[in-house]
Amino acid sequence: MSIRRVLITIAICIPLIALLAFGLTRDPNEIPSPLPGKAAPEFKLVAMDGSADTVNLASLRGKVVVLNFWASWCLQCRDEHADLSMAANLYRERGVEFYGVLYNDQAANGLRWIEEMGGQSYASLLDPGSRTAVDYGLYGVPETFIIDQEGRVIRKKIGPTTVSELASFIDPLLTAGPQQESTE
Amino acid sequence: MTMLLLALLTVATQPAGLLAQANAAPAVQEGPRTHEETQLERDTRRLAAELRCPVCQGLSLQDSPAELSQEMRAIIRDQLLAGKSVDEVKQYFVDKYGEWILLEPTPKGFNLTVYIAPMLLLLGGAGFLYVTARRWTRQGATTAGTEPAENRTAHVG
Repeated sequence: MSIRRVLITIAICIPLIALLAFGLTRDPNEIPSPLPGKAAPEFKLVAMDGSADTVNLASLRGKVVVLNFWASWCLQCRDEHADLSMAANLYRERGVEFYGVLYNDQAANGLRWIEEMGGQSYASLLDPGSRTAVDYGLYGVPETFIIDQEGRVIRKKIGPTTVSELASFIDPLLTAGPQQESTE
Repeated sequence: MTMLLLALLTVATQPAGLLAQANAAPAVQEGPRTHEETQLERDTRRLAAELRCPVCQGLSLQDSPAELSQEMRAIIRDQLLAGKSVDEVKQYFVDKYGEWILLEPTPKGFNLTVYIAPMLLLLGGAGFLYVTARRWTRQGATTAGTEPAENRTAHVG
């Protein structure tokens, strides 16, 4: 009788423990995004530097676009800033466009932050009312989106990124580009 | 003198009265619009209560004071104003954030476990209680039946 009771207890507890252990392997802060593989939401945003220049995603078709959402109050954005600026310089000649989008912040704060950080090698854009941020399913900063030549979201990176990681996202798209052209 | 003052007062207040009437007239005409706004606010509030705040822990957009939640509520309102239905606006957020954004998952597929499991557990618990209680009462009856007669009389006494 007691052996039967032990077996029943084990039969109930093991699946429960397995379920909880599976839960521990997952990052609760990481929300799976439905965007990768889908068309990148269009945007037309004004430059943060006050030049009144606008950037329209539709006009960037044919190019790989790296879109990084950041804020001056975001600590992790400091960690990736140098890497993003370096990657933008490295990939400029290969036609990759880098843009920052200021999230929930004032342009003056953003400009001051860039000055403190020693500059930014690409333009940052303003997103009043966080309309573009919500269009991209943003729930924090930094978040980086890699958009391919056909305007599809290929990757969504949550948290700070690095040059090597960006290269691992961008390089396959750049090598795939000419191959696709050759087959057409 | 008093009469003169009264006359002056009447003249002075008359334009104000007319002005008030002029202001009151459009307010009456705006009645239906106010009603529409109330419906819009109601839909916005209802939908915001069904959507999860992305930067909070288990709070709805409606309950969250976060800036992103306020902006998302404004987006709900604007999309409803633009003529989208409540379901279309909800779908917009699901397209951007996935099913995760819904505080109540849709009851289909694997999500059904969330709805069925508590009922099964409740039924299982009730069954377990029933069986255990019956066993206890049966055991109690058996021991009471085997008790010596003097003990039973002692209890009664």
